[in-house]
Amino acid sequence: MKKIFAVVLALVLCLSVFACTASADVSNVKLGVILLHDEDSTYDLNFINGVYEAVESLGLTEDQLIIKRNIPESNECYEAALDLVDEGCTIIFADSFGHETFMLQAAKECPDVEFCHATGTMAHTEKLANFHNAFAAIYEGRYLAGIAAGMKLNELKQNGQLKGEVPMMGYVGAFTYAEVISGYTSFYLGAKSVCPDVQMKVQFTGSWYDEKEEKTAAEALINAGCDLISQHADSMGAPTACENAGIPNVSYNGSTIESCPNTFIVSSRINWAPYFEYIVNQQAAGEAIATDWTGTIATGSVVLTDINTKAAAAGTVEAIEAAKTALENGEIKVFNTAADNFMLKGGAKIESYVADVDTDEAFTPDTEVVLDGYFHESEFRSAPYFDIQLDGIELVNSKF
Amino acid sequence: MNEKKNATANEPLIHLSKRESISIVKSWLIRLAAIVLGLVVCGLVAYILSDKLRSGKKTIFDFYHSFLVKGSFSTSRKMWKFFKNMAVLQCISLAVTPAFRMQFWNTGAEGQTLMGVWGAIAVAFYLGGKVPAALLLVLMLAAALLCGALWALLPAIFKAKWNTNETLFTLMMNYVAANVVSYFLVVWVPSGSSSLGKLPFGRLPSVVHDYFLIIVVAFVLTIATFVYLNYSKHGYEISVVGTSVRTAQYSGMNVKKIIIRTMIVSGLLCGLTGYLIAAGLDQSITTESVGGQGFTAIMVSWLAHFNPLSMLLTSGLITLLNQGAAQISQDFNVSGAFPDVIVGIILFFIIGSEFFINYKVKLRRRARAVRKEDIK
Repeated sequence: MKKIFAVVLALVLCLSVFACTASADVSNVKLGVILLHDEDSTYDLNFINGVYEAVESLGLTEDQLIIKRNIPESNECYEAALDLVDEGCTIIFADSFGHETFMLQAAKECPDVEFCHATGTMAHTEKLANFHNAFAAIYEGRYLAGIAAGMKLNELKQNGQLKGEVPMMGYVGAFTYAEVISGYTSFYLGAKSVCPDVQMKVQFTGSWYDEKEEKTAAEALINAGCDLISQHADSMGAPTACENAGIPNVSYNGSTIESCPNTFIVSSRINWAPYFEYIVNQQAAGEAIATDWTGTIATGSVVLTDINTKAAAAGTVEAIEAAKTALENGEIKVFNTAADNFMLKGGAKIESYVADVDTDEAFTPDTEVVLDGYFHESEFRSAPYFDIQLDGIELVNSKF
Repeated sequence: MNEKKNATANEPLIHLSKRESISIVKSWLIRLAAIVLGLVVCGLVAYILSDKLRSGKKTIFDFYHSFLVKGSFSTSRKMWKFFKNMAVLQCISLAVTPAFRMQFWNTGAEGQTLMGVWGAIAVAFYLGGKVPAALLLVLMLAAALLCGALWALLPAIFKAKWNTNETLFTLMMNYVAANVVSYFLVVWVPSGSSSLGKLPFGRLPSVVHDYFLIIVVAFVLTIATFVYLNYSKHGYEISVVGTSVRTAQYSGMNVKKIIIRTMIVSGLLCGLTGYLIAAGLDQSITTESVGGQGFTAIMVSWLAHFNPLSMLLTSGLITLLNQGAAQISQDFNVSGAFPDVIVGIILFFIIGSEFFINYKVKLRRRARAVRKEDIK
């Protein structure tokens, strides 16, 4: 299984390199994009920015792109997809997890059109030639952002500015769900790689976008003695709370430096432009689109914003650059289960873990993912499946 | 002279008086004028807000074409979607109407419908694949009706027994329903994503077209509700309670019973609509499955003066506006707020027109006459 996967992955990488160099005629491609919300949500805005960047670099005309906003995760998604087919779209993309089953329904009806779905999990088991999933190894970005956090904590420690005995981070999460767990754990591990005694509290809001809840959660974490805050939720709630309290913040989905000039350190985000470029180029060249595509630092899909030197500790830029190179070379692994005193559960190292990679109704774990001394995140499928609770991370609550 | 001056100064510039009556033709002319005026204002606002219009990439004709024609009627798929959306909105509007006629302000159609969806999906989730498909559809219907009726019954009992405020109570029940759904999404989806996805069970058979059955149901319900309200004893009782509770009591009607019975009818209709959404469309549920139509239905029913037949016009109009607005968002590539503004403007004019149908407006005419005298 793993070997096959490695071969597929290698093929995908080769193809994507090929796609980038080949200048296929893209004039016959028409891209339809289905969004859950609109520009007001940072999540959807990130996709909109990505698609515009791709349209520009590919030289597509205005008529080759249709965006449908505010499409709920219901039959309306299916209707929207078929309407885009009627409009002549050759590739249809949807951005929200809940769109998946309705996109599948449309894909089955229209075998001549390519359907690409971000964050989904079903393409590799459905085996439909025209249905594809995509995600990015954002845990690598979170890890790098975590290094910035760890260095800031070290600085606070040296200056004697810690609130408590140990450096404490706070994290505002959306749901107690693999994507979020994978995110905060990689962030924590990034910090731990430079600040070994760091601990973290996680508070969930139970919503992907709730400015008030996120702000309240961040304030609660600050009051509970956290020295630094990060978040996996889409509003300005947590960054604003940090700026008001003068607590450093590591952001997500984009820079918040304009609103938080004194506390914003750095932000990781997924850049979707490489994926949009990839699918358009593949179709133009008559090549197949990968069933399950994982963007990485190398593909330009996992990116960090500029570091705010005013808030970041000295040497952060260099440390992140070094770690980034090491990640790309494979010299370091984010979920390193072999290292001493790094990833512990109940005081012991993690030797084996069976994750739920193939979606089924009962959500049964099916695939061994701890191999060769690290947890293989986003390798057996693009969407995250890391959901282990590690020592050193305290969940204040859980929201599903 | 001075006295006259004072008299005109005291007289307001605009004089409003309630109309005794208005002919149907005149009232519809006022409404039509309001819609046309609303459309003109929409065009102006669109011109100010849209880069594409100002730069000349698209003309104002394209705007109206997208809004009124392309959004709903440009392809057969869009037409089916139009009539299906209209049918769903019509069903919920019919559901709120009996209670409204009784002056029972049921603002809980959103939650009652959502509970209908929930009931149907719960049955499909637990029994799907374990019982024959036809039986499953029947059980889903039963559960949907039961849940919808229960959600309407609770506030009705409180109103009948303790005279609680039904507007607040039914409104609150919407949030309870949404939280019931959130809770079960957690139970049903252990991965934590709270996204159930489309179930492989409990699909209504496709007759002629996937949406045909929903449209037929809405049409039959419209006629049935019209007959029920206008030609049945129940309908008569509802009107009497709506006019005056005391009159109803004096004539020996059991008002409590009528309130409870009418709300059950409302709840059943909402439950049925929830079933159509669950089995006919989504085969899934989110807290947004009804998507605010329970509130839109209040406006649809009110604009139609609680007449089920006129509601075909108002629900059609609202659906046309919504689909047109979505089409504008797509064709002009503008964010979600823009179409909301456009729909809001039209609704403002339509609702405003009701004022001019109910009231006569007279400008101060005598004032001019007096001024002329002054000049002389």
